[in-house]
Amino acid sequence: MKKTLRKSPAAKKKAVPAKAKTKARVIKAAAPARKKAAVRKAAPARKLAATRKAPAKLRAKPAAKAARRTRGSLAPDVARRLAGDVRSWDAKEVAGFLAKAPERQPEFRTLGGFPVKRAYTALDIQDTPIEDIGLPGKFPFTRGPYPTMYRGRNWTMRQIAGFGTAEDTNGRFKYLIAQGQTGLSTDFDMPTLMGYDSDHPMSEGEVGREGVAIDTLADMDALLEGIDLEKISVSLTINPSAWIMLAMYVALARRRGLDLNKLSGTIQADILKEYQAQKEWIFPISPSVRLVRDCITFCAKNMKRYNPINISGYHVSEAGSSPLDEAAFTMCNLITYVEEVTKTGMHVDEFAPRLAFFYVCQADIFEEVAKFRALRRVYAKIMRDRFGAKNPESMRLRFHCQTAAASLTKPQYKINVVRTGLQALAAVLGGAQSLHTNGMDEAFAIPTEEAMKISLRTQQIIADESGVANVVDPLGGSYFVESLTTQYEHAILEVVDEVDRRGGTVKLTEQGWFQRRIADFAYETALKKASGEKPVLGVNKYVEPDEKFDIELHPYDTSTATRQINRLKKVRRERDQAKVDALLERLVATAKNEKENIMPVTIELVDAGASMGDIVEKLKSIWGTYRETPVF
Amino acid sequence: MSVAQTKADRIRVIVAKVGLDGHDRGVKIVARTLRDAGMDVIYTGLHRTPEEVVEAAVQEDADVIGISILSGAHMTVFPKLLKLLKARGADDIKVMGGGVIPDEDVVKLKKMGVAEILLQDTPPAAIVDSVRRIVAERGAR
Repeated sequence: MKKTLRKSPAAKKKAVPAKAKTKARVIKAAAPARKKAAVRKAAPARKLAATRKAPAKLRAKPAAKAARRTRGSLAPDVARRLAGDVRSWDAKEVAGFLAKAPERQPEFRTLGGFPVKRAYTALDIQDTPIEDIGLPGKFPFTRGPYPTMYRGRNWTMRQIAGFGTAEDTNGRFKYLIAQGQTGLSTDFDMPTLMGYDSDHPMSEGEVGREGVAIDTLADMDALLEGIDLEKISVSLTINPSAWIMLAMYVALARRRGLDLNKLSGTIQADILKEYQAQKEWIFPISPSVRLVRDCITFCAKNMKRYNPINISGYHVSEAGSSPLDEAAFTMCNLITYVEEVTKTGMHVDEFAPRLAFFYVCQADIFEEVAKFRALRRVYAKIMRDRFGAKNPESMRLRFHCQTAAASLTKPQYKINVVRTGLQALAAVLGGAQSLHTNGMDEAFAIPTEEAMKISLRTQQIIADESGVANVVDPLGGSYFVESLTTQYEHAILEVVDEVDRRGGTVKLTEQGWFQRRIADFAYETALKKASGEKPVLGVNKYVEPDEKFDIELHPYDTSTATRQINRLKKVRRERDQAKVDALLERLVATAKNEKENIMPVTIELVDAGASMGDIVEKLKSIWGTYRETPVF
Repeated sequence: MSVAQTKADRIRVIVAKVGLDGHDRGVKIVARTLRDAGMDVIYTGLHRTPEEVVEAAVQEDADVIGISILSGAHMTVFPKLLKLLKARGADDIKVMGGGVIPDEDVVKLKKMGVAEILLQDTPPAAIVDSVRRIVAERGAR
């Protein structure tokens, strides 16, 4: 933060001299003058419900092809007869019944605000071409990325874990594998996520607390000790410093003599949603996007089975967005990354098959299923029509899913098991490729072993006992779900279109446009919770005021920071400092040359014992740091 | 009542995020809630040090500092903040907190001088009431 040389225009824009910080960056809101303007209604759904047509950019198709498409499923005379039936039902049965027994509410909406009708019929999917529903494993993949889905293999049960030092987390990994977990997922502590070494002043109090602390390759080695990286897929949930973590993973695999093309797993590396939602960043946007580009192109050439990015809606949702914005923002970010990579001359089919996604699963089951189905359809169309993908694998959206942590409550925390169970069911009905189910104690602290076991068992019950995994896309053909899927498709494309018209994702991120939409929906949700309009059991309904919490929490080991810093110091002592210094100079030269890929030199650096902080601080000296102008 | 008087009567609150914690959903809701209740609200943005927050609070003549923290680093951050305020002779600025904080830590934090800790799902009206109560209890200065 201190060494902000201003080289690039982007760096100049965001890098602020250290002294001027507090005063210059606070934003003030004098009450109540700005109140009215700022609290504008987000009201996404009302407008969107009327949106029946896809935006022009994606609608444009050769006329002959469009004519061949089958609109709807009903012959005209059948449709007319059905419409007559519906009118008469409304006038007779419904009206008569309502006269005696009114409905619970004047209107019903999904959690995301889409209107929900009393009942749906074939008429409601008349505007959905039959081909858009399609078949699993076939364009546009609405019904699933693979033809057999869970009949072939269940989704990967991937509980995220991370706390303390690498050894501590390694122990949890082995416990989860012993319980039948089929993939690994790693949470890092805040200093690691933000590129600080454990002994940096900003790391004080945070080492190993919200995740595992990783400073050097020695930590990475300890984290994955005794785990066969060619056999199990490993997900690394990290963003601004992702490329260094990927470099450590590669360096470790090489040291172990493994074949890089046999490694499977995912690195999140989705930096744009950080500026929009999760708020972990180091550098200004432009060099950060370049780092993502470098991860993608490196993996495309060297790691055939590895997902170099996990374009994430989850954090957008957890930051408070509507389900629609969660979905739509990932498509906006996707477009930016694909454009950035194709600029290097790489064809979309060379890397798109390994693009991966990550979404939340909220409480509204049918809306979530529709969201996932719509996303697959939208993605397929964007990749084919906007980017000219030819390989069907480039058009098939695969996603990891996590149940909604923000939906969990501290009061009556045991009922979080039920919330999570229903959300997990929706994720499976929606066709997720891998799933994390939250622990019941996560409104208190990071989860205990016992809580994680129950949430893993929740997935195993769905897989082994419920029968839902035996048929592909069981909600396909539901008038309601198909209708909502198509509404979601159009609404997502509307947002993408708006972002295009307003000048693109990077510009709007800098202007706080995404951030504002998220904050608006979050505020609305808070007001609805306060008024009781959005029921939350234990919080505004069925409240038990005298509840005493009898819960065992995950403890924080106060020796963590000392143990971690000791290992870091040992690595620094034992490494060839001259070699590290020389490599750091090469890092700077590589960073300055936009066209070069930063991965190879980073791999050499971590292999020579450079810490994450060494690498990040060096690059801050040329790229500067990012500061947001907060909106609320 | 003149405009100047009205402004002077308003409660001034600094809401802040300290450390590396990026969870800002709650702090923004709190900021908007207090502003809509007629207070002057300054939000520092993310990743502040306790020193920066105290400096801003003194400069802005704040009545209350509200710290939002979900990273678990609260037992490091709050003592530091209280100590800095004291050293500046500014301990008439009341400190409040919110976020994910275990109950036993809430007790400890209050004992060391944090005026109030508001946990997740505190209704907006209750947040406003707490700030008003704390400022009223402190009295005029």
